[in-house]
Amino acid sequence: MAEEFEPKIVAFLCKWCSSAGSDLAGVSRMEYPPNVVPIQVMCSGSVSPLYVLSAFNKGADGVLVSGCHPGDCHYIKGNFYARRRIALVKRLLDFIGLEPQRFQMSWVSAAEGTKYTQIIKDFVQELKPLGPQTKLRRDL
Amino acid sequence: MKRTGVFICHCGINIAGTVDVKKAAKELAKHKGVVHSEEYVYMCSDPGQNLIIDAIKEKKLDNVVIACCSPTLHETTFRNAAKSAGINTFQCEIANIREQCSWVHKDMNKATDKAIKITKSAVERVRRNESLEPISVPVTRRALVIGGGIAGIQSALDLANSGFEVVLVERSPSIGGHMIQLSETFPTLDCSQCILTPKMVEVSKHPKIKLMTYSEVQEVSGYVGNFKVKILKKPTYVDPDKCTLCDECSKVCPVLVSNEFDLGLTGRRAIYIPFPQAIPATYTLDIKGCPGLLPIACGKCADVCEPEAIDYDMKPEIVEEEVGAIIVTTGYDLYDKENMAEYGYGKYADVLDGLQFERLCSASGPTMGKILRPSDHKEPKEVVFIQCVGSRDPELHCAYCSKICCMYTAKHAMLYKHHVHDGQAYIFYIDIRSGGKGYEEFVQRAVEEDGVLYLRGKVSKIFEDKGKIKVWGVDTLSGKDIEIDADMVVLATAMRPSKGAEELAKKLKIAMDKDGFLSEAHPKLRPVESVTSGMFLAGAAQAPKDIPEAVAQASGAAAKAIAILSQDRLYHAPTVAKVNLNLCTGCGMCVEVCPYEALSLKDGKVEVNEVLCEGCGTCSATCLRAAIQVKNLTPLQVHEMISISLGG
Repeated sequence: MAEEFEPKIVAFLCKWCSSAGSDLAGVSRMEYPPNVVPIQVMCSGSVSPLYVLSAFNKGADGVLVSGCHPGDCHYIKGNFYARRRIALVKRLLDFIGLEPQRFQMSWVSAAEGTKYTQIIKDFVQELKPLGPQTKLRRDL
Repeated sequence: MKRTGVFICHCGINIAGTVDVKKAAKELAKHKGVVHSEEYVYMCSDPGQNLIIDAIKEKKLDNVVIACCSPTLHETTFRNAAKSAGINTFQCEIANIREQCSWVHKDMNKATDKAIKITKSAVERVRRNESLEPISVPVTRRALVIGGGIAGIQSALDLANSGFEVVLVERSPSIGGHMIQLSETFPTLDCSQCILTPKMVEVSKHPKIKLMTYSEVQEVSGYVGNFKVKILKKPTYVDPDKCTLCDECSKVCPVLVSNEFDLGLTGRRAIYIPFPQAIPATYTLDIKGCPGLLPIACGKCADVCEPEAIDYDMKPEIVEEEVGAIIVTTGYDLYDKENMAEYGYGKYADVLDGLQFERLCSASGPTMGKILRPSDHKEPKEVVFIQCVGSRDPELHCAYCSKICCMYTAKHAMLYKHHVHDGQAYIFYIDIRSGGKGYEEFVQRAVEEDGVLYLRGKVSKIFEDKGKIKVWGVDTLSGKDIEIDADMVVLATAMRPSKGAEELAKKLKIAMDKDGFLSEAHPKLRPVESVTSGMFLAGAAQAPKDIPEAVAQASGAAAKAIAILSQDRLYHAPTVAKVNLNLCTGCGMCVEVCPYEALSLKDGKVEVNEVLCEGCGTCSATCLRAAIQVKNLTPLQVHEMISISLGG
């Protein structure tokens, strides 16, 4: 039997909430699939649509942007901008024909290690049946 | 090409148990630009740091990556090590391969692969880092304390006694908070007013404290060391300098409203002094009750005021203050009556909350310290106290423990017995939580000396029956149903964040937890700091706590504030936004989105105020031309990190 498809995920985690939440998952020794490589950014609001497209372009099968809960942004309102921007990017990707499951946004606070773990587990499960992302890959 | 060094920490087996550190070090050694790659059992140890320092010097490294635990832990350690070896602190980056890798995975091959990717992406980042020096700003050496309860009073006194000017803002007419309403305090049975009033007097007389009562913080701007605060001073319509406290005004005032100091057990006039020891000692005219500020409508109080202290033309005033640090001590409120209808709270006059019972016990209270039923002024012979009312009830009310109720209920039962010797006190409880110095002994004393009957169980129903309040409950220890014909019921209602705290937290930009209490920066290691630098928390605003804890936290917050105020200059992270003037078209979209108003347009280009900029990067994601970028996390760096994360 062929080896099971392992999706490659890039996760943009804001420093103050989601990266800290991901740290907490580690401190609490929770377990999730190693398919995700985290990139810590200062704020989810700093995630440019180009970062998302660049990740898909470079072969990501899924992209996650995770920030503080709306209203709890360390930078007051950065995640509100992120929310709007991500909604637009989602529509753009939909228009291009990329499966909507491939791009997700989540709100994970510094206290939500369990939630982060679950999000990654679910994300990987959702991506597996889709197979590799080819729509936006540069090298194909 | 820049010369990079990579140092991979085993962290004992915390990392090495799941990540093949030797393989990782070998792989990293092959990466372009990496001229040194090694692993060591504890990089954060002195020998570990020396490895880094020596390698930087010997191999003339331009920058280093330490693959270890989360940057929240040892970033400073390693950056300082790098600095001591002669390279800029920003030429050191951390790759988090513990919390975000070794601790969350089990498959060694996959975890090793991931650790390599994370480390390589840090290498790509650090190679493009600019060397930066912290931005230095001057410090306004004054503090603002918001809330004049025991925590605020303690913080203000500690700051003032250390030689710093303090602005103490309290929204009600007097300082004192809830503590001044209490009769006695556990576990010593000290008279609460007797121990608090000396501190209140000290506040009022202190040359370094500017007391602003009946005032509210309207707006806060600026940053640590240099906050600008707008404070609304509500009109009291009484000139405190002229008022002689003769009480003639309240004698003639025709308006009677509920007295909040006695929690509705008594009434007060529209012109009133909250309590005799109020600080500042002056009357306040509450316009909510007053028929109008038109002297034609009433004006009786002004007519009788001999020193002519009453001034109906007093207007609200906005006072601007500049401070370097802010301490928030907004305290608590009790859980709303409406939520506890099942216990007859708010329906039956003789069902009281803990604070109302304090007023009944208090020598200065409505009954002059006699415990009498509010309904018929008779002495209650059977009193039922119920703990955890609204607390520890995740389905319907608050999930958390309000912490002080076990102790104050034991105190209430004890005080009741001291007043009514032939009475019987019953306490319904879930558990007794008496952690604290002398607390367990205090509960034992209630049981042994005062014969308080503890019943472990919840109350199912409370209803009025022939002048008594029937309490149905269960004693889970004996398994028996309990029915008590009580004369009075006292509910230990949950502590909630003070009303208005949420609004204030938004103005201050400090975070709140899911229950609305203010969030500390770290639950263990930074318990008095908020996540916003320069703002500190103390007292029940942060979480339910008793007086000694509130005082300790208040002093802790003051000490933290002093650590800022005693500096000549403060240093600000230099990883701020930077504009490429060749690319900037002056469209101003970034100016619009900046949460800190750090950007402005000047001569058709954007200009960054580096002191205000926090480096969040929202501007950079907004810019269509990547003309504005945050130093050391530029789009180019992120794109390279993405490439590496996806396998090169």
